[in-house]
Amino acid sequence: MPWCWPGRSSRKWDWHPGNDGIAKRIVHRFIAAELTIFVEPSRRWSFYKAINKERKVYLCPSLPHKRLKIMTDHPSHRAWQENELATSLARFPERYDAFYHHGGVEIPRLALPASIDQHYEERLGFPGRYPFTRGVQPTMYRGRLWTMRQYAGFSTATESNKRYRYLLEHGTTGLSVAFDLPTQIGYDSDHAMAMGEVGKVGVAIDSLADMELLFDAIPLDKVSTSMTINAPAMVLMAMYVVVAEKQGVSADQLRGTIQNDILKEYVARGTYIFPPKPSLRLITDIFRWCGTRTPNFNTISISGYHIREAGSTAAQEVAFTLANGITYVKAALAAGLELDHFGRRLAFFFNASSDLLEEVAKFRAARRLWAGIMKELGAAKPASCMLRFHAQTAGNTLTAQQIDNNIVRVTLQALAAVLGGTQSLHTNSRDEALSLPTEESVRIALRTQQIIAHESGVASTVDPLAGSYFVEQLTDRLEAEARELMARIEATGGVVAAIEDGFIQRQIEHAAYTYQKEIESGERIIVGLNKFQVDEEVRPPLLKVAPGVEADQVARLQRLKAERDNKQVERCLAALQSAAAGQDELMEPVLACVRAYASLGEICDVLRQVFGEYRDRQ
Amino acid sequence: MRKMYRVLIGKPGLDGHDRGAKVIARALRDHGFEVIYTGIRRLPAEIAAAAVQEDVDVVGLSSLSGAHLRLFPAVVEELARLGAEDIAVIGGGVVPAEDIAALQEAGISRILTPGASLQEVIHAFETACEEREG
Amino acid sequence: MTEIGKIITGVAQGEARAIGRAISMVENHAASAPALVEALDGQRIAACLVLGITGPPGAGKSTLTARLIQEYRRRGRRIGIVAVDPSSPLSGGALLGDRVRMMTHTLDPDVVIRSMASRGRLGGVCGAAGAAVRIMAHSGCTVVLIETVGVGQSEMDVVGIADLTAMVLAPGLGDDIQAMKAGLLEVADLLVVNKADLRGADRLILDMESVALQRQDKQGRAVPVCATVADQGQGVAALVDHFHRLHREIEASGAKERHRRRARRAEVADWAMELLRPRIIEAVAARSTLDGDALVLARQILTEMGLAPRK
Repeated sequence: MPWCWPGRSSRKWDWHPGNDGIAKRIVHRFIAAELTIFVEPSRRWSFYKAINKERKVYLCPSLPHKRLKIMTDHPSHRAWQENELATSLARFPERYDAFYHHGGVEIPRLALPASIDQHYEERLGFPGRYPFTRGVQPTMYRGRLWTMRQYAGFSTATESNKRYRYLLEHGTTGLSVAFDLPTQIGYDSDHAMAMGEVGKVGVAIDSLADMELLFDAIPLDKVSTSMTINAPAMVLMAMYVVVAEKQGVSADQLRGTIQNDILKEYVARGTYIFPPKPSLRLITDIFRWCGTRTPNFNTISISGYHIREAGSTAAQEVAFTLANGITYVKAALAAGLELDHFGRRLAFFFNASSDLLEEVAKFRAARRLWAGIMKELGAAKPASCMLRFHAQTAGNTLTAQQIDNNIVRVTLQALAAVLGGTQSLHTNSRDEALSLPTEESVRIALRTQQIIAHESGVASTVDPLAGSYFVEQLTDRLEAEARELMARIEATGGVVAAIEDGFIQRQIEHAAYTYQKEIESGERIIVGLNKFQVDEEVRPPLLKVAPGVEADQVARLQRLKAERDNKQVERCLAALQSAAAGQDELMEPVLACVRAYASLGEICDVLRQVFGEYRDRQ
Repeated sequence: MRKMYRVLIGKPGLDGHDRGAKVIARALRDHGFEVIYTGIRRLPAEIAAAAVQEDVDVVGLSSLSGAHLRLFPAVVEELARLGAEDIAVIGGGVVPAEDIAALQEAGISRILTPGASLQEVIHAFETACEEREG
Repeated sequence: MTEIGKIITGVAQGEARAIGRAISMVENHAASAPALVEALDGQRIAACLVLGITGPPGAGKSTLTARLIQEYRRRGRRIGIVAVDPSSPLSGGALLGDRVRMMTHTLDPDVVIRSMASRGRLGGVCGAAGAAVRIMAHSGCTVVLIETVGVGQSEMDVVGIADLTAMVLAPGLGDDIQAMKAGLLEVADLLVVNKADLRGADRLILDMESVALQRQDKQGRAVPVCATVADQGQGVAALVDHFHRLHREIEASGAKERHRRRARRAEVADWAMELLRPRIIEAVAARSTLDGDALVLARQILTEMGLAPRK
């Protein structure tokens, strides 16, 4: 590969240590002439130390053991440094003045190819600049580490509150609320369908009263909170806003994310309530209200995580997720919203699975694809084209056998997410194939992230795998494969039609079945499961939800219903009903219901009456 | 002619993770069973009623949300109420070891835990069908 | 009371358990099955309306069936559903998936649902499905729907059991419909264009109306075309009204009875072939050599079995 810019000659320059002044001058001259400097390997350390304060000099370590090369700026590289990078550095200084390997060699912020050509600029570009293949921020983790966000919640609001405070004390930087299934499906704890499920996979929230306990003594202006809630997202968001109000925190200070992604529920996760059309109305209403009132809150987290958990391939995960994203954007545009207004509040949520390099390529491909999609849809601001995502390690790869092996799996998966440029990360706990994680397991999971962040060194440079022939090829392949699948969905008549037709479900089911067959045949080795087994009689300490939770929760709900102003509740519910039956925006009437302590089930029942219920047909 | 075995795969409760249930349904189909799948989010009473109408040999239940101690026995009770206590019930999902005895006590004939291979699953259904036939 | 007696009484009283067992007995050729079938109430069976619902995959048959159940229940009718899915030719197993869409009716004692696999037999499924229909009628169902995907001969034969057959189509299915026109349209008494709110529905309706003009129903008249949007329930009540009008007509004209006799003959023929099958397979397997023309060999084998085929 030619090292010089086309048309320029390279020159060998012998540099002697101890004359830094000359070094600097010469370097400057070379920069002005856009020439390349070669330095003999035996002298590269001292040479580098001499000039390493010079920010405009760029070090390219692609052949570090032969020759040290100093490269002057390519025009677009310089433009990036002067714009995106300078702005970013001014706003978020890097964590250290410089990043070093052990021994003092500085780690470059951004390694670049020998020559920056049109192909590089279009396909990879610079971090923080369209098409964002190399990341959404110019300095990535040198500026700020990803948010370490552990999904947690179980039993009652009081119990979960204790777990959140424990996590915050141990260095977690964002909360992630897990709700129990009745809450996620808009049933109160005393509903017949809630039997056995109350407080099981998350915390039970029946009303504002529970939400107040959940965030008791947690300052909502300080933490960012992610809530895994979809069909009744509006109700839980309203509760969150009211709890903040009561803490004296205004809505515009709130930071966090609501999942609010109903389409993947129809194909993968199952916590739907209403049919697609009214569901999309609720979602766009949230976009509209939050766009002005909670400008720092991500109003949706378009999730491939569960699609992958359901058994899809990496390419399918990208395709179905981005296709869902397009559907939300189009729905919001149809409702009259401004693309550049809500576009930057769209967040994504992907799975970090075990095939390390494919996963890295997946994240990079997804970013490039989404940037192109948003541009095509008419986004003008670069921020609207950025695919920002949360990642979680793959729950379905955890084994119930030799559970400590899961720590290693999670480490590899977390590494994939970080190398792929995630904005926040949840690492699964080793015992999750067996039950809810214990406190000790949760701590190890968090420590895994901290070790990657502070010890592995991968956070010291941006997009370190860029330019690897293999990774770039894989990135291209995943992008092409996802594009093709998206075209097929489009041909079916869009995502909603493809869901109703069962196209998406069939694709996922087929992939899941094939994978399982490979494990069965031994073609695919899962350590401890189909190879390297040991006889074990393990009874790890497991966390169990106290059996009385359901009864307690029901009793609390009944007490609340007896004590609140029921006339007021009825008035608010009636107002919501008429708003829903018409075309009115729904967030304000829902806020009124929440303030009056109407229960989640009561609010959702009103909407069920108006909107009807979705039934799975696959 | 060998009698065709009919089984019903049900997902009681609110857990929507049906990857396992669907994979098992397909594996059983590929092993020569006639398989009826209920879809997600079913009441125990609905699953029992469907099993009786379809006159299946075995009901397989899957729940990953930890609600198995309430939901699986509820299906057994509903089957008994409909006079179908002879239909065997197999449970699967995230079932901790200490729950297994309680479930067996409640009439769940077999428990399949995470990591069970498809071969083991098929074998469990097959023997349950054979036992019922006598 | 004998075991079989108990089951027959149970069926008459509409007990789900007894109905389920009775259908299994017939389906599995149990020794007591003939006694059971003979004990069924002929009058109830004659009065019952058997509706066939067929059409290509993706046309929305199951959704429409679920809506028809709802509509019939609204009218206070007890209804039976026989949902037939193909068996896997490789394993012999089957995934009977139609139940998912009807689960909401599971707790209604007046909705009797049975999923059946075609079991890959040479039309033999007609015998079992026919018996299932009669068992349901005996249990008090005044309407029984037979739903099946409209591909393959055995599925088409199943439809032959029905007094009236509705062919469900939807826009956007393209080539499937072309294929359907040739075959299944022949048996349809009523054409349903489902998903009528989709693009292309108007054209499909016009297209179907012209097809309908080319052939005549059991009364010698053009086949009606109905439009529905099953997932919203639109057009379903009108469809049921159509069924009823047609039912009254075929009952009055005697066409229903004639059709039943024809279907009965087909059913007996199916059973006969089904029963003969294993013996023929054995006889073929027993031949040491299979050289020469296959047709000649087949004739020889049948002749040796005392079933000399007509020249």
